[in-house]
Amino acid sequence: MFLSMNWISDFVDFSGLDKVELIHQFSLSTAEVENEIFFKGSDLSGVVVAEIKSVENHPDSKKLHLLKVDAGDDELTDVVCGAPNVRVGMKTAFAKVGARIGEITIAPRPLAGYTSNGMCCSEAEIGISDDNSGIMDITDDVPNGTDIKEIYEIDDIVFEVDNKSLTNRPDLWGHYGIAREFAALAGRELKPLEVEDLKAYNNLKQIDMKIEDDLCQRYSCMQVENVTRHISPVNMRIRLYYCGMRGINFLADLTNYLMLEMGQPMHAFDSRKVENIRIKRFDTPFTFKTLDGIERNIDENTLMICNGDAPVAIAGIMGGLDSEIVDDTTTLTLESATFNAVSIRKSTVRLAHRTDASIRYEKCLDPENTVPAIARFINLLKKYDSGVQVVSALTDEYAFRYDTVKLDFDKAFVDRYTGIEISNETIVKTLESLGFKVTLDGDNFSVVVPSWRATKDVTIKADIIEEITRIYGYDNFDVNTARSPLYPVRMATVKNNESKIKDILVKRYNLHELHSYVWAYYDELKALEIPVEDNIKLANATNPNIETIRNSIIPTQLCQVKTNTGFAPDFGIFEIGRVVEGLDENNLCIEKKKLAVTLYSKTKDMKSLYFELRDILAVITDDIKHSTLSFKTSQPKHSYEHPVNLNTVILDGKEIGTVGIVHPVVGKKIDKKANIVFAEIDMNAFADAKDNGISYEEPSKFPPMDYDLSLELPNGVLYDKLTECWKKEGGSILKNTKIVDTYDTDTVHSITVRFEFSSNERTLSSAEVQEIMDKVIANLSAIGVNLR
Amino acid sequence: MDEKIIRLKDEINSKLNEVADLLDLDKVRVAYLGKKGSITALLKGMKDLSVEEKKVFGADVNKLKAYAAEKIEEKIAELKEKEIQLEIASMPQFDITTPANLARGSYHPITLVQRQCETIFKSMGFDVEDYSEVVTDYECFESVNIPKHHPARDMQDTYYLENGQLLKSQTSAAQNAILKKYGKRLMETGKPIKAIFPGRCFRNEATDACHENTFFQMEGVMVDKDISISNLIFFMKTMLSEVFRKDIKVRLRPGFFPFVEPGFELDISCLICGGEGCPSCKHSGWLELCPCGMIHPNVLREGGIDPEEYTGFAFGLGLTRLAMMKYGIKDIRDLNSGSLKSLSQFTDDEE
Repeated sequence: MFLSMNWISDFVDFSGLDKVELIHQFSLSTAEVENEIFFKGSDLSGVVVAEIKSVENHPDSKKLHLLKVDAGDDELTDVVCGAPNVRVGMKTAFAKVGARIGEITIAPRPLAGYTSNGMCCSEAEIGISDDNSGIMDITDDVPNGTDIKEIYEIDDIVFEVDNKSLTNRPDLWGHYGIAREFAALAGRELKPLEVEDLKAYNNLKQIDMKIEDDLCQRYSCMQVENVTRHISPVNMRIRLYYCGMRGINFLADLTNYLMLEMGQPMHAFDSRKVENIRIKRFDTPFTFKTLDGIERNIDENTLMICNGDAPVAIAGIMGGLDSEIVDDTTTLTLESATFNAVSIRKSTVRLAHRTDASIRYEKCLDPENTVPAIARFINLLKKYDSGVQVVSALTDEYAFRYDTVKLDFDKAFVDRYTGIEISNETIVKTLESLGFKVTLDGDNFSVVVPSWRATKDVTIKADIIEEITRIYGYDNFDVNTARSPLYPVRMATVKNNESKIKDILVKRYNLHELHSYVWAYYDELKALEIPVEDNIKLANATNPNIETIRNSIIPTQLCQVKTNTGFAPDFGIFEIGRVVEGLDENNLCIEKKKLAVTLYSKTKDMKSLYFELRDILAVITDDIKHSTLSFKTSQPKHSYEHPVNLNTVILDGKEIGTVGIVHPVVGKKIDKKANIVFAEIDMNAFADAKDNGISYEEPSKFPPMDYDLSLELPNGVLYDKLTECWKKEGGSILKNTKIVDTYDTDTVHSITVRFEFSSNERTLSSAEVQEIMDKVIANLSAIGVNLR
Repeated sequence: MDEKIIRLKDEINSKLNEVADLLDLDKVRVAYLGKKGSITALLKGMKDLSVEEKKVFGADVNKLKAYAAEKIEEKIAELKEKEIQLEIASMPQFDITTPANLARGSYHPITLVQRQCETIFKSMGFDVEDYSEVVTDYECFESVNIPKHHPARDMQDTYYLENGQLLKSQTSAAQNAILKKYGKRLMETGKPIKAIFPGRCFRNEATDACHENTFFQMEGVMVDKDISISNLIFFMKTMLSEVFRKDIKVRLRPGFFPFVEPGFELDISCLICGGEGCPSCKHSGWLELCPCGMIHPNVLREGGIDPEEYTGFAFGLGLTRLAMMKYGIKDIRDLNSGSLKSLSQFTDDEE
């Protein structure tokens, strides 16, 4: 919304104050002002009122005229002018030689063989409207040679307030409300509005009007006759133009002017079309032509203004074409009303049509304002069109009243909330300047909220704090730390684990952390021949490509691998993110936080890559949980999983994830020459697992004894199975086992296992170790594993 | 002296001169000093001599033996030295000025910024919480003073799911749960509620260089008996100065958010121009960073906390925005692009 400082200055005396500084203060205390402030008229000088004394056609040009104008100088000035509307006796805006219009300085200029000593200007040229159809036609009676800025408010400071920052302030949708804020900030008086005394018309007839729907809060109207003026006063048009509105005609301009001044949308009907005003909704939908000529679909929820049963306007949004003021209109009915804000907002959404009026109604306008708006309207109407007659009494139905909001609080409340000292006097002065009625008894305040703030904005004590502090100025606050007692802090285990995992993956394994979206991208997955698995969908996705929420990060990660194949011959990526694994019995999403890791390699064989990933998981587990993972062969559930070498990851007997190789179909789509493996771990399950901590063991002072066995493994016998053969037999003196050699041919798979024995109490004898190993060898042989 | 001895001495000297390596040298040693060596043979041949002659000849042979042994030791030392010199000479000079191999992993920039914020707030006694991405209408709206039909619901285009749940549009969705979790403790033990909860948020809007439908925020709350606006400004200023590692100027403007009253928009002095005005801050000298305010009494009440007794502040810091500002990332979409060319650059940024 654009605001004019001239307009605001109608209501506040700013003499001696820096207006630009006040605008900055307004931005910090009330609502956000856009950065650019417009200094209207600052690029215009030397333009005066001049009268055209003679008009001659240019001998060689159909368009040009040769004028003699009286610019208030001793002699007439010769001017060449191309405007079509020149006539003798016309007064216009004349830029004399030396005048400045924007970047241009006017100089005597040869034009088609004649010299033009100045320029007659259109309204657009001097920046007061967008009318460029001809030169300005000045009808006001002013002496020739008068600087145009002396008679018209061309110099102005205009600023724009972000509409979003006014959402909760229905009172700031007009200059008068804004002026109240400026008055409070400047510490000056807010002048009352000049209004017509409507009581004088009480003995005139009432208008037939009835509210038949509780969506209408208040409806005030009045009839006038004999409006003869067509064009608005120049200053009014300038203000409207500076505030972003086009001049239309006097009546339309005046309703707009009033809306911009008081924030109250108004409408003028042809009285013949609204003989009995009814405000109601209709049971069945219909179409209705608004005054912009568009047929609109009206449904049963949209409130309408009607003449009896015939709709004439969409309440709070736009008037109808048929009830518009036309040339032979003699009597006007002025409407000033308020409606249920939610209803207006919903209607604008359904109609997909927001207007300057509906934007204001959505904010919960003050019903107390409807009658003053009519009083102001008639005051201005009569001021600019002296023949106007009021022909009805004020007709007013006040169906819904907001409660008066009264708030009690004490000084301690303010102190506690602000953390600084603001005196009682300052509190009273601030609130009163904003229109609050304040009673102070000792340190106890009792405050009545003004009606224009009481529709929804100020309802609780905390709202009063805002009023006091914003005018006090946040820049003036002393800034202090809290005096709360200190306690140790805790980080949720899952977050703690997450942080450590990231460090291990980045610092030790050189993996890269990436983020991806929580939904599956159909197109990208399709390119890898990964079908999107059924899962909960977005109900209002604007892009059908992203409808389904993912149940695993791995497919997304495979897409990321695909985009990065050119990055390096080997790389690994990871993400800790969310997935949804269907719905629970209460129909709520089962959300899981997962760690996903994918390794890509052009240089490593599949086995070493797969084991690299296995080792990563093992190190994470050992580091964070001081625990050992186990694995269980698993069957593929997803299309991207290779049926062989797919394993469930088990920690403390609980399944916490999966590790596997990418299915060749998908793998080939990503990169024919690379190996790709993946793992996904449930972070919450991981976080739940116990951390065994470091269990320190003193190194033995006695010599250790190693014993190597070379074993030939039959197909399908896993190492895990072997460990059972020595776990019990080894007892406390078998400290460790490791594979020191492997030997594979097509037919034979064999390994050499080193058994490390030691005791903290004594030197071990070969005999006792041999005795243990004999049992181990027997156990192994029992499951078909023989020595090589 | 016996001629044989003199001859032998000359012979040893000339042999040693010809020796090239330790292996040759050992051959020389064996040839003269070995059991069957020439010097040993001289001693063996003494049996035919008289006692006097034996005395003289024996002493001379022993001298020769000592001489030979000494010469051989000298030669050993000489050869070893030569060998070391050769080894040294054979060492090539490496070009240490070639580019170092910097291959290593990387963190997502959000992780780095989030960690910094977490560290700062942990150091000031804030708990760090985790919260889900799928939430209920109650969590995201009702519980934080945004009832149905509230215009504020129009302000954010929320992603709703088929089952009526939604993807959280703001981290405030966790506020109610956090207040409930710690509220009891506050009332029973007086331990203030101090918590931050970073998380991912979603808005149903078209993406461009400045807009993303998926972004990170960090919510913070502090509730105690006398938490004030003055405290709020302090914590925000401190946190931001720590994040940017310089003294940051902040200012508050009134801002309307249903979950706070009073509510503020917090601006920081432009990091590029320091407040002078530049294209980055649209010549205002300020950057809008973070909505914040005093927690609305309704929100406290809904969290089971008596607003007459306790006050608190809350803020919602845009981590994505912060990361972009801190690292000069111009296109917000880079963050979720999955491109290692962009994202592998964030190797570490800890203090």
